[in-house]
Amino acid sequence: MTNYETHEHDVLVVGAGGAGLRAAIEASAQGMNVGLVCKSLLGKAHTVMAEGGVAAALGNVDPEDNWEVHFQDTMNGGKMMNNWRMAQLHAQEAPDRVRELQEWGAVFDRTNKGQILQRAFGGHKYKRLCHVGDRTGLEMIRTLQDQGVHRGFAVYMECAITKLIKDGDKVSGAFGYYREDGRYVLFKAKAIVLATGGVGKAFTVTSNSWEYTADGQGLAYDAGADLIDMEFVQFHPTGMVWPPGVRGILVTEGVRGEGGILRNKDGYRFMRDYLPESTKDQFSADDAESERWVNAAIAGVKTNDKRPPELSTRDNVARAIYTEVKEGRGSPHGGVFLDISYQDAARVRKKLPSMYHQFKDLADVDITAGPMEVGPTMHYIMGGIRVDADSQMSRVPGLFAAGECSGGMHGANRLGGNSLSDLIVFGRLAGVGAADYVKKLGGAPAVPQDQVDAAIAEMEEPFRRGADSNAKNPYDVQKKLNQIMSTYVGIFRNKEDLETGIQKLQELKEDVKNVATKGSKTYNPGWHMCRDLKNMLIASEAIARSALSREESRGAHSRTDFEQLSPELGKYNTAISKDGEGMKLEKTPCPVMPEDLKKLFAKKETTHNG
Amino acid sequence: MAEANLKVFRGEKDSGTFENYKVPIEEGMVVLDAIHYIQQNIDPTIAVRWNCKAAKCGSCSAEVNGRPQLLCKSRMDKFEPGEEITVQPIKTFPHVKDLVSDVSWNYEVNKKIVPFTPKPGHNWVVYQEDIERVQEFRKCIECFLCQNVCHVLRDHDRKDGFYGPRFMVRLAGLEMHPVDSANRLKMVKEDAGVGFCNITKCCTEVCPEDIHITDNAIIPLKERVVDEFYDPIAKFFKSVFKAK
Repeated sequence: MTNYETHEHDVLVVGAGGAGLRAAIEASAQGMNVGLVCKSLLGKAHTVMAEGGVAAALGNVDPEDNWEVHFQDTMNGGKMMNNWRMAQLHAQEAPDRVRELQEWGAVFDRTNKGQILQRAFGGHKYKRLCHVGDRTGLEMIRTLQDQGVHRGFAVYMECAITKLIKDGDKVSGAFGYYREDGRYVLFKAKAIVLATGGVGKAFTVTSNSWEYTADGQGLAYDAGADLIDMEFVQFHPTGMVWPPGVRGILVTEGVRGEGGILRNKDGYRFMRDYLPESTKDQFSADDAESERWVNAAIAGVKTNDKRPPELSTRDNVARAIYTEVKEGRGSPHGGVFLDISYQDAARVRKKLPSMYHQFKDLADVDITAGPMEVGPTMHYIMGGIRVDADSQMSRVPGLFAAGECSGGMHGANRLGGNSLSDLIVFGRLAGVGAADYVKKLGGAPAVPQDQVDAAIAEMEEPFRRGADSNAKNPYDVQKKLNQIMSTYVGIFRNKEDLETGIQKLQELKEDVKNVATKGSKTYNPGWHMCRDLKNMLIASEAIARSALSREESRGAHSRTDFEQLSPELGKYNTAISKDGEGMKLEKTPCPVMPEDLKKLFAKKETTHNG
Repeated sequence: MAEANLKVFRGEKDSGTFENYKVPIEEGMVVLDAIHYIQQNIDPTIAVRWNCKAAKCGSCSAEVNGRPQLLCKSRMDKFEPGEEITVQPIKTFPHVKDLVSDVSWNYEVNKKIVPFTPKPGHNWVVYQEDIERVQEFRKCIECFLCQNVCHVLRDHDRKDGFYGPRFMVRLAGLEMHPVDSANRLKMVKEDAGVGFCNITKCCTEVCPEDIHITDNAIIPLKERVVDEFYDPIAKFFKSVFKAK
């Protein structure tokens, strides 16, 4: 009999980034007894790395802005695949959530009238991103953390969840271990909010940290939830490419928001060539107009000039850079040049301090004196656990999801800045949703012992296999997984590659069954990786299968064998769920937007993905 | 390919030894990469705490050749070829395993600090020049390197009397916020123990965010405490007004 400690909560929140913290604060405010589980130390979650800003139509810089424009931008950016209701709630509630952060102590940069300053970002019609230099995520997570510690909920640090427990169809608990000493822990909970973030560690080049191992996606899938839109994986156009140790680390879109220019090795400013016909009229006509726009932005004055072509949506810019490099016009280390050095050095250091230090310290490049080298890096997954737009509950009663691990909000491509706002809007709604569910539930559901025993057995396995002759090193398996995903399920996809990728993932499942570890349970990363691989494999297979099934190019999903956008396929979400030991894929109809919102979108049928 | 010689502390709860590892050097490599190389190729059980690998999260604090720093910012090419690179956990907090220490004390301290309390009914018109100072303090990534080198905590183990530089920075950020209405000076003086700091500036030296901890946070807090509790003229006026 293996020992484990037991805790009971009304609501258990798994993940302590922006969404998890906001959900815990809200559920607590609703009178719930709340537990918050974080895989790292509190305040270190991936939110801390977010740089550019949080999108909210406050209209402080461009007074014409309002939620309807933000809603339109979000839907257009997502190629209309977004769950319209989520996009609506997001645009409507983001301003209040940002003001609330301010009231909790967040210190945003200010306009010269003393209001929250907002900057331009790709795909946003108006200057909309509230920010603190280029460390907005840090400001947000610290604000929520410092607010959260006074709300009286329990925080379980360096704790990972490996299994959700169910009583019949309802969720009733979660099992996991503490990283520090490997002791097991059982949480009995009436409702669980997953806020575990993304899947980046399945890819070789990524901006994501070690925590991004698809935990929520894997746990929810195993518990019977469905995953939608998994084919939509965002490659951020600008990651560092050199030196090798930092490849993939994010270079904020804020650089372009502040006027950064993209050039190829010939010094040619190429982005204008890649603007889709349908959006060309939103961008400057020439370099002179771009310059006037930048100068007006720096001076903080209104202008009728249009924004530079570098501020196209991320999917577009990533494809442009990829194509420039592939066709031989890249920089020495396989990227392109991003230049902000033409601006006043002191201003660059003030507005982009962490970029300045990141390049100076890690790459010996002074961004105030010369260009950066950048290239696409896997950054975000738009797809995830399907939830009800208003309550954030998945199809498993009592199981909620918020933030990156949930799906629907961002459609086929997320706009920069919409992630931080997503976290606080839907984190809060998940907290409300979970509390409402618990209030109606009555008594606590049962936690069947056999499920706990099975969870323990699963975690003990890698130690028992340590001496097997076919035992696999979990890090070798992860490396293989990374190669498969990066080679066959990357930015540009086709049927043959995707089929090969899926085949190789099947073979890799055997390796995952044989991963082994040694040593003690005390802070044993090899052991942790053995479990993480299972979730990463679920998410990877879901991505590959969804990508194979979507025979069109839409948003971040680019098929070289189906280059057009298909209006017919735009009516369906791809949904992945567990079917026995296999993976089931269905096409389910997208929620239909009501007529009053439809009016916001001009009638333009297009088959061009851009 | 050139190789680096790493000497890494291995063991649990202070009992352990330094183990030697040879790690191939890539251009631009940092010490955290070298530890990851060991993890992936030599011993998957080696423990290191890290998250972002971009100096934004403050997880990978350790002591490299005796100097406290973030492993993700410690460039391998700063060492002489063949030089032995010693990596050990930060010393001021209880050891867990290999390069990981138990920093939970810091989280307990944070809970004691009265949170941001905005003035009721404030219109939130706040100018950039009024928050510049506070923004410097809010750059803190909680790597706890300042706590690690603080003599009061490291050499005298006075965690019972002094919150440490990290929380002086946090307190200063709250006290100097133009919209905050709480008064934490009694706490700064008594429970937080600002008087313990003897301004050696070691904390400022190791701060990866270049926060001027001593000059901009601790000294102004000391001055405010003096003004509040020890200023004889103010004391006189207070007594006069009270008497009325």
